[in-house]
Amino acid sequence: MDPLALTLIELGAVVFCLGLLARLAERIGMSPIPLYLVGGLFFGAGGFMEFKGIQEFAHISGEIGVILLLLMLGLEYTATELVTGLRRSWQAGVLDLILNFLPGAGLAVLLGWGLVGAMVMGGVTYISSSGIAAKVITDLGRVGNRETPTILAILVFEDLAMALYLPILTAILAGVSFLGGLQTVGISLAVVTVVLMVALRHGHRVSQAVHSENSEVFLLNLLGAALLVAGVASALQVSAAVGAFMLGIAISGVTAHNATRILEPLRDLFAAIFFVAFGLNTDPASIPPVIGWALALALLTALTKMGTGIWAAKRVGIAVPGRFRAGATLIARGEFSIVIAGLAVASGAVQSELAALATAYVLIMAIVGPLAAKYIEPLVRAFRRPAKPQPAGVA
Amino acid sequence: MNVDETDLPGLGRRKDFMTASGRRIGVVEYREGQSELIVSTWDDPDTCQASIPLTADEAATLGNLLGGQHLAMQLSEAHREIPGIVTRQFSIASGSPFENQPMGKACIRTRSGVSIVAIMREGEVVPSPGPDVVLHRGDLLVAVGTQEGLDTAADILRNG
Repeated sequence: MDPLALTLIELGAVVFCLGLLARLAERIGMSPIPLYLVGGLFFGAGGFMEFKGIQEFAHISGEIGVILLLLMLGLEYTATELVTGLRRSWQAGVLDLILNFLPGAGLAVLLGWGLVGAMVMGGVTYISSSGIAAKVITDLGRVGNRETPTILAILVFEDLAMALYLPILTAILAGVSFLGGLQTVGISLAVVTVVLMVALRHGHRVSQAVHSENSEVFLLNLLGAALLVAGVASALQVSAAVGAFMLGIAISGVTAHNATRILEPLRDLFAAIFFVAFGLNTDPASIPPVIGWALALALLTALTKMGTGIWAAKRVGIAVPGRFRAGATLIARGEFSIVIAGLAVASGAVQSELAALATAYVLIMAIVGPLAAKYIEPLVRAFRRPAKPQPAGVA
Repeated sequence: MNVDETDLPGLGRRKDFMTASGRRIGVVEYREGQSELIVSTWDDPDTCQASIPLTADEAATLGNLLGGQHLAMQLSEAHREIPGIVTRQFSIASGSPFENQPMGKACIRTRSGVSIVAIMREGEVVPSPGPDVVLHRGDLLVAVGTQEGLDTAADILRNG
């Protein structure tokens, strides 16, 4: 068969299957990310059917998917929200970082994956899925709850931490020396600070530069700017994704709102292909040997996220049920863990078991997270009832 | 009254306060423009028992109902000394013959002896409205008069 025809058929089949998977996910009320990963495993190397024709396209599309994921993340927050969030919740953010980075990093060292592996796995276990958490909060009608600002503040901190972590990771993966690494960190710190300052004072100008009433012009402006900034950031070794994230932060107000609306379908498509592409490159046969470790890591990091949420919520004076809700909502890991693992795998600087472990871990956490958030409330209630035998109406 | 305002990064803003009965009540304003009425459960002020999405029209009407009730109570209190005088509220429903018409057209005082002392509109009070004030859907008219007069006025506003 003509290679182009074959590619089109394969791509069509994959995208169509993704549609079916997304529909299934919606039907049973879960995040589609784990299903996309499984879909990728199915079609990739060592899967039931190997699709070779789309590897190249899936690779580039996956990269664009990451850029769009981070761009939209940046669009979601205004610079003011980031700065006030950082000021209000940095203690909880630091505790979150320590408690949840260490288990992943520790396991990587234990398995003999060295400093690079530790850096990657730490990131994978650290970052909660803000996509899943936001969906859980909205779906369960908890937007008006008192613990919600605490959860969101931690997510904001994590996203800012990503802006520093990704450049460091990129440098380490590229195998630069300690001094070179410091230089990259310096550059990225400077860039993050400058962008935040510019966004706070002159965000409207950046918005004006890309804005257009014509949705076609607007879309091309946005996408062009995002890819350009990502490319330049990548050339400076600051990580393409962070460039896109910073551009998203700089765009604000009505423009940001419109941009989110216009980019959403593109993001959905490319991000789905990104998850599949990650699955494509993972051999399903490599998962069973690491599943035990993945489960242990999942249990441990579910507990550490829980602890983070409980501590943060307790600090702002929230009662026991709210503390547990905050903890459970943070458990889900998803898109950004895969972004981190994807960077590592693409660089070729880590063992292939790492991809398998990250896949298995995210599969577990993306499924368990929303369930934990949902069922923690009745669970806490059941445990608290007998412990509180207060007769009603004492006054 | 102390209303707490809290940023919800990525979602919007929450404005709420604690009622004397120990429940938290307020509004979540989403960045996209929708608003939601939130009410906490009786045993845990952190948890929301209900979050009810409201359209702009519904929110304005609810504001009028609550504000109007308060105003009407104050007026009844003031009129308690005078026997036979009652305060009542009328809302302008869609399809009322006087929707988007000046109030004077209804000739309420001439026909029923009832005075319209205030109009509640989008949470604000229009005190002693003149005959040229245009009525809109959702407006709440606060009327003072005799029992029979108020019945007549209600009929006028409903059927013309």
